[in-house]
Amino acid sequence: MRDVAIVGFAQRQMREFDGSPNCVELLVPILADLWEDTGWTKDDIGFWCSGSSDYLAGRSFSFVTAIDAIGAVPPVSESHVEMDAAWALYEAWLKIQTGEADSALVYGFGKSSASPLRRTLALQLDPYTMTPLWPDTVSIAGLQARLGMEQGVWDEKALAEVVARSRTAGADNEHAVRRDPLTVEDVLAEPLFADPLRRSDCAPVTDGAAAMIIAAADAPGLDRLQHSERTRATITGFAHSVDPSTLGVRDLLRSPSAHAAGRAAGTEGVEVAELHAPFSHQELILRRELRLVDDVSVNPSGGALCANPMFSAGLVRIGEAAKRIWSSEAHRALGHATSGPALQQNLVCVMEGSDQ
Amino acid sequence: MSKQLAAVIGVGQTHYRAKREDVSMPGLLREAIDRALADAGVTFDDIDAVVVGKAPDLFEGVMMPELFLAESIGAAGKPMMRVHTAGSVGGSTAIVAASLVQSGVHQRVLTVAYEKQSESNAMWALSVPVPFTMPVHAGAGGYFAPHVRSYIRRSGAPTEVGAIVAAKDRQNALKNPYAHLKNEGTTVESVLASQMLWDPVRYDETCPSSDGACAMVIASEDAVERAGIANPAWIHGQVMRSEPLTYAERDQVNPRAGRDAAAYLWKQTGITDPLREVDCAEVYVPFSWFEPMWMENLGFAEEGAGWKLTESGTTALDGDLPVNMSGGVLSSNPIGASGMIRFAEAALQVMGEAGEHQVDGAARALGHAYGGGSQFFAMWLVGSEKPG
Repeated sequence: MRDVAIVGFAQRQMREFDGSPNCVELLVPILADLWEDTGWTKDDIGFWCSGSSDYLAGRSFSFVTAIDAIGAVPPVSESHVEMDAAWALYEAWLKIQTGEADSALVYGFGKSSASPLRRTLALQLDPYTMTPLWPDTVSIAGLQARLGMEQGVWDEKALAEVVARSRTAGADNEHAVRRDPLTVEDVLAEPLFADPLRRSDCAPVTDGAAAMIIAAADAPGLDRLQHSERTRATITGFAHSVDPSTLGVRDLLRSPSAHAAGRAAGTEGVEVAELHAPFSHQELILRRELRLVDDVSVNPSGGALCANPMFSAGLVRIGEAAKRIWSSEAHRALGHATSGPALQQNLVCVMEGSDQ
Repeated sequence: MSKQLAAVIGVGQTHYRAKREDVSMPGLLREAIDRALADAGVTFDDIDAVVVGKAPDLFEGVMMPELFLAESIGAAGKPMMRVHTAGSVGGSTAIVAASLVQSGVHQRVLTVAYEKQSESNAMWALSVPVPFTMPVHAGAGGYFAPHVRSYIRRSGAPTEVGAIVAAKDRQNALKNPYAHLKNEGTTVESVLASQMLWDPVRYDETCPSSDGACAMVIASEDAVERAGIANPAWIHGQVMRSEPLTYAERDQVNPRAGRDAAAYLWKQTGITDPLREVDCAEVYVPFSWFEPMWMENLGFAEEGAGWKLTESGTTALDGDLPVNMSGGVLSSNPIGASGMIRFAEAALQVMGEAGEHQVDGAARALGHAYGGGSQFFAMWLVGSEKPG
C-alpha cells in the first residue's frame, strides 16, 4: 500500500444555517479555508470525492451543483457516494492506491435542519415492513439504550458520564454547536426525552460541511505544503463493514461491523479515538467493539453529542483525530464513522504521526 | 506502486420491463446478482466487498436503500459502498468496484446497479420544488432537445439521422433477450412517422422508463486464474470526468468533460485511432441523436462528422464500429443501472458471450455513460487479452 497522509482539514458546523444556502454557498468558504491552510490550489488535486444525501436535501441530484464550488475548467476526475464523506475518503484513498491519483480533496455536506431529521431517517428502513410503522431514529436508539439497561450492560449514570465528558471537552471546540459544559448531575436532572435517553444523550440536529485533503507520500507538490513542520498524519489502517438492517435479527448491544472494521484497521495502541456515536450509549458499544482500553482519550473534540452534521460528521471525526497527530498530542489515533439505524454500518481510519 | 490488473469474470442482468411487479427490490437485485455469480462460477462466500449504484433515492422512495438491502445482496459482514453520480452512476459504480481490486485491497468484488422506477414516480421525484430555483418543467427530453437542435444546425446533419439510430437500436434489441422494448418492424420510416415530443426528438427516438438491475463480478489476475475463467474481460483503462452545469462558453453539445475523459482513456490504453482500434461500443444514448453527438465527443469522428458514421452504417451491428449492439438505452433504461449495462455489455462482447448480438471477434470494447446536464462522464475500455 502507498503511504497516504491527511494534510488539510476544514469544517463548519451550526445549529441552523441562516436562510436556505445551497451546497455551493456551503462549500466555497470551506474550500477557501483549505487552500489558505495548505497553500495548495485546485491544480494540486488529482481526484475529488464527496458524500451527501438526496433525501436530506429533499431533492434528487442534490450533489450535482456542488461541483460548482470546485471551479469551471478544466473538468475534474470526480465521484460521489450517497454516504457520509468518510466513505468518500475511502474511495479517494483507493484511487491513490491504484496510482491514478497522487492527491485528493474529499468533502461532505448536509442541511439536517431542513426536515424533521429523526422522521426522515426512518426512510432508511425496510420500505415494505418497517418504514410504514415510522420508527424514528431517536426511538430506535431508545430501544437500544433500554436493552442495555435491562441487561445490566450500562446504567443511566454511565450514560450521563459519557455526556458530561463530551460536553466538557466540547466547550473548548469552536466548531461545536453545544458548547455549554454539563456535569453528571446536570444530565441526570434533565427530563427523559426518549426513555431512557435524555436530550443531551442524543446528538443535536446540526447543519454543516467539511473537507479534507489527502496526499501520497510521494505526491508532487508536497514540498510546497504550508505547515511543513506539522507531523504528518499517515493512514495505517482503513476498513469498513456493514451489518444486516433488520432490527429483529441483530443483537442491538453489539455492532459486528464496527468490530470487523476495527480489527481490519488495527486499533491497538491508539491514544486518541474520535468515535461517531450520535447517542451516548453507542459510545459504550463502540469502545467495546473497537477494543479501546480505558486510558484512550475518547472524543477530545466533544464528539457527535456536541455537533453531528449529517454526511460530514464521520469525516469530521477523522479530521479531529488528524488534528491530534498534527499537534503531536497523539502518535496514533483513530477516526470512526457510522451510518444506518443503530450502528448498522461502520468505518475505522487509523493514522500515525510520521516525521518529514 | 502500480495498478493491479482486474477483469470482469461474471455478468448478470434482469429482464428489463416497465414494471417488475413480480419481484421486490431485493428480488430484483438478486435476479441480476445470482446470474452474475453463476456466470463467474463463484458464491457469496468468495466475494470480498459489494459496491452498489443507483440514481436518486426518490425514484424508489427509500433513503440509501443499500442499507436495508445489505443482507439480501450478500453484503452483511463485508465492506459495502453506495455510489451516486447522476446518470453516469452505473459506470462510476463499476469503476469504484474495479478500483477495489486494482488497489490491491480485494480479490473479488461484486457490483450491482439498479432502478425500480415503478416503486415510486420518477416525474414526482424529479419535480420536487427547490427554494429559490426556477423549475425547468421540461423533463429530460425537453432539457436535451435544444442541444440536439444545436447539433443539427452546427453539423448540417440530415434530419433522418436520428431515426436511423432509433431503428438500428430497436432492431438490435430484438436480438437481446433482456431488452425492454421489442418493437418488431421498427424502420426509419416508422420512426419518422411517430409522434413529435420535443422537436426534433420523436416518441420512437426516446428511451423508455424501466425496472431492472445489472451485476458484475470483478476479480484480480490471481482470482481470474483460480476461478478458471478462460475468457475474462480485462479492464484496460477507465476514467471519470465532471464539469459544472453552466459556465461561460460551456459547450453543451460537445462537452469538454467528455472530450477530456475520452482523450485520457485513449492515451491510457495506447489507442491512437479509436475508430480503427476499438471493435465495438456501448454508448449512453437516451435520445437517438446522442449517438452522432457522442461519436464526435469520444473521438471516433471529427467534430461535425459523427452523423456520417451513423448514416453510412458504420455503427450498425455489421458495420466497422457497431454501437449499442444490445439495443442500448433506447431499448432498456433502468436509469441507475443503464450505465452499468453499457459497461457489462462491453464486457460480454470481449468475453464472446453476447449471444445473438455478438460482434465477431470483438477484442476491444468501450463502455460509456454520462449524466446530469451532460456533465458527468464515466468510461472503460475492456479487452479479451491482458493490456500491454
